[in-house]
Amino acid sequence: MLAFVFQARFQHGAFTLTGTVSGLLFVLTILLFPQVVEAGALVYRIGWIPELGLNLTIRMDGLAWLFCVLITFIGFLVVLYARYYMSPKDRIARFYALLLAFMGSMLGLVLAGNLIQLAIFWEMTSLVSFLLIGYWYHRSDARDGARMALIVTGMGGLALFVAMVLVGHIVGSYELDVVLASGSMLVESPLYPVTLVLFLLAAFTKSAQFPFQFWLPNAMTAPTPVSAYLHSATMVKAGVFLLTRFWPVMSDSELWFVIVTYGGLITLIFGAAAALFQRDLKGLLAYSTISHLGLITTLLGMGTPLAAVAAIFHIANHATFKASLFMAVGIIDHETGTRDVRKLSGLLKLMPFTGTFAIIASAAMAGVPLLNGFLSKEMFFTETAEFHPNVFVNYSLPIGATIAGMLSVAYSVKFVHGVFFGPPLAPGDKVPHEPPALMRRPMELLVILCLAVGIIPGITIGPFLAEAVTAVLGPEKPYYSLSVWHGFNLPLLMSVIALVGGVIIYIPYYRQLRDIDGIPFINRLRGQRIFERLLLNATNRWARDFIKIFGTQRLQPQIFIVVAFALAAGGFAGWARMGNLPLPSSFDPVLGLVWLLGGISAIAAAQQAKFHRLAAMILMGGAGLATCITFAWLSAPDLALTQLLAEIATTVLILLGLRWLPKRLPVADDLTAKVRFRRLRDVTLALLVGMGTALASYAIMTRTAPEGISDYFLKNAYSEGGGTNVVNVMLVDFRGFDTMGEITVLGVVALTVFGLLRRFRPAEDSVGRPEQQRLLDNVDGGQRVADDFLRIPALIMSWMFPVVIVIAVYMLLRGHDLPGGGFVAGIIMSLAFILQYLAHGTRWVEDRLRILPMQWIGWGLLLAMLTGLGAVVLGSPFLTSAFTYADLPLIGKVPMATALIFDLGVFALVVGATVLMLIALAHQSIRRPRPAGAARPRLREETTKWN
Amino acid sequence: MELILAIAIGVLAASGVYLLLRPRTFQVIIGLSLVSYAVNLFILAMGRLRMDAAPILDRSAVNPGDYTDPVPQALVLTAIVIGFAMTALFLVVLLAARGLTGNDHVDGRLD
Repeated sequence: MLAFVFQARFQHGAFTLTGTVSGLLFVLTILLFPQVVEAGALVYRIGWIPELGLNLTIRMDGLAWLFCVLITFIGFLVVLYARYYMSPKDRIARFYALLLAFMGSMLGLVLAGNLIQLAIFWEMTSLVSFLLIGYWYHRSDARDGARMALIVTGMGGLALFVAMVLVGHIVGSYELDVVLASGSMLVESPLYPVTLVLFLLAAFTKSAQFPFQFWLPNAMTAPTPVSAYLHSATMVKAGVFLLTRFWPVMSDSELWFVIVTYGGLITLIFGAAAALFQRDLKGLLAYSTISHLGLITTLLGMGTPLAAVAAIFHIANHATFKASLFMAVGIIDHETGTRDVRKLSGLLKLMPFTGTFAIIASAAMAGVPLLNGFLSKEMFFTETAEFHPNVFVNYSLPIGATIAGMLSVAYSVKFVHGVFFGPPLAPGDKVPHEPPALMRRPMELLVILCLAVGIIPGITIGPFLAEAVTAVLGPEKPYYSLSVWHGFNLPLLMSVIALVGGVIIYIPYYRQLRDIDGIPFINRLRGQRIFERLLLNATNRWARDFIKIFGTQRLQPQIFIVVAFALAAGGFAGWARMGNLPLPSSFDPVLGLVWLLGGISAIAAAQQAKFHRLAAMILMGGAGLATCITFAWLSAPDLALTQLLAEIATTVLILLGLRWLPKRLPVADDLTAKVRFRRLRDVTLALLVGMGTALASYAIMTRTAPEGISDYFLKNAYSEGGGTNVVNVMLVDFRGFDTMGEITVLGVVALTVFGLLRRFRPAEDSVGRPEQQRLLDNVDGGQRVADDFLRIPALIMSWMFPVVIVIAVYMLLRGHDLPGGGFVAGIIMSLAFILQYLAHGTRWVEDRLRILPMQWIGWGLLLAMLTGLGAVVLGSPFLTSAFTYADLPLIGKVPMATALIFDLGVFALVVGATVLMLIALAHQSIRRPRPAGAARPRLREETTKWN
Repeated sequence: MELILAIAIGVLAASGVYLLLRPRTFQVIIGLSLVSYAVNLFILAMGRLRMDAAPILDRSAVNPGDYTDPVPQALVLTAIVIGFAMTALFLVVLLAARGLTGNDHVDGRLD
């Protein structure tokens, strides 16, 4: 059964499937009843994260069973009904799929045995409801109604989630069983008020209680089967279900009493009054639903066991008669083409069966004796009339209840009288008649149930209700009587007053009521409009103001704030842990000299970067070189090597880019105060950051290192990884996965660079050939100047080509045991190519060499990946390497780990990426691109491979 | 020795941060490089400074105390390569922005 529920949620199918599923589920639910009676609660648990108390728990007790019956039974009938209601033009499969999805989530909600699970299914019902309300998404009112419902109920869902987490925190478990057995723990907790407010926010939004009632009438834009199912029988009941579920552990407080009872009472009266003033039949029913939900809420608020019994009873009753009424309205709409009460009249003659059944259902809604509505309403009156020590409560409850009763009688009469009686309809294009029998059948079945429950309650609903009550109240449930006749007493008097009063209200005013739309006086203050206004403000105006105040589009302030914030955070964290700083123990004059130069270079680079780009770059290289020497000095040869080569590649890259930057000539400094201030501010921040980092690194370096993971790598690099260069072994073996990611990043960057440059448009003032290029192209005595340019260095560079390649291969092969490796070798290799470009120019090289950097990248990545996968095929984790030593002729013993193949992949990728970036940039010089802003043809002829 | 390196890191970081806050893209790219030097040295320093310690293992016996800490080195090696890629990407973005906006201000406008 349970597995079935969950599978069914995701199946897409049309009528047959949905009908079968819901019918089967209904039968299964019914069959489960004896077990529920026997066991009290059926619990089925699937562990997910037991440590965190997160399980998939399915728990069916009497209350959940009652809801399951409602959901599956009414669901089945609605599916049947929709078969005839929906037009063939609608996308029917989607409709049924959503209906089924809703049924699944609703069942999940009532069967949830875990708080988190409850909150999740709660959200799911909101989501599916959104989709169903907006089913006719081409209509703007449907979209608006759906959006509003989603926002309101979604907000409630969020509140519920927090409330559930709080409950779980207070009780110490997320299991519903534990929570329900926790007694007064929740009420006594200091967190109770917060939890309760959030919890009620969820219940009130879902069940459309005041002040969140406004979404429900707007949700009536949904197809009528959906209204009948979701917005009267099931989903809106989720709120009261929640209240009932947690009633035993949360209701015993003054706060609960006040909010829930009076929230419910206001909704009850307001809904009933509003229903009276509706022209649209569905609107009338929607407000009536709100009112009845208010009634249930009021009952649950009162906190007496008998009231809880009445609430549960009314949940079932309301679902029966309201669903049938919605179906009746759907039939009327279907047959006459309108739901406007002014245009309808005298339908009883044309549709005798539908009319009769609808009249009976409305009578149940009004609380006429011998119908189920009467019974629960009578119980409601009994409870309100109970003596209460507080005088205000003592009078307000029964009087309010009676007024609401009168109003509900009045709107029921309006419904019946307005639609079914009076002069027959003026003959229009379409003569309404009885719908197909199968469309009527579901409604008739429900009405017959109303009658059965109303006349012989003890037999029809007694045992099931008893079971549901036990689930809420425990074994010592109060005595209650379900019989129709209790003798003459106050509740009966109230019923009579309500029935007579309702008719008296209606009769004198029925003509006016017919034409009026909306409640007089408070019509202007519509929850809907307030909501829309609030939404607009929150998402548009307030957001804009917020950005205006706190945001900036400029990069500099953003970086400033980030750096300042990092400084503050670092300073805050570091200050307390600083401790005593020891005096320097040793001074290394060589390193001191290196950094004297390095430091000066760095500062000078900072100073020169504005007007002398080349100088700044050279100075930056100086600082880089100092860093490189430091690496070598501090026993890190691999780093020194890589740093040196990366430095070279970066320099070439930037040199290639310099040509496209605007000329900037130093001008006489006439700095404004603003600029001066800005610089001073930045210098201050920079100095603070510098001092902070210096202090932090000094503090760390003068302490002994904590026990780290380094020893593991040192001990195992040779025995496990087969290499003596620990750093390289880590890169290609122990931490091979990181390297894999890293080379992927490198490849992606190279492709991005290439992609960006394909569409490169230089600025207008740098389109022309630079002075140096023009000079080289000058013809001097029949020969171009360029032809003799760098003749000797070019020759040397040509000869170096094979030598550099050999060095690269050597570095690659020895990488596992000695400084070197894929990265280093890759950059050396790409430098070999670059040297050729430098020596002979782009065209010369490309006439003679075919370099396909993208293939290098692709093969490199593939090779690295395959090496890793090879290990998987052999049953080891991804990227495990094997190793041995191979005797290559002439070369001697070479470490042959599979890690070497991986490193080969790294090598190929680095070569490809570096060469791709450098060449793509270099090619911009020989292109003759149009400047930005010139007319661009949509498709360009690809003249060369690089453009 | 620790003091020298600490000051070096501080100087690099200060120059770099100052340049990061400048309005011209070229200044920012130089600044980024300087900051990455500082950060790389800082990471290396996390393993404590060892001069004359062997980075390459002796095959017969391994006493971890005799060697440099390989973990920061591996991290820095990765950082250098990624830093190179970052510089390259930033440079190209810089050039593209310069081409599109006609100036080299970080916000793409003259002020």
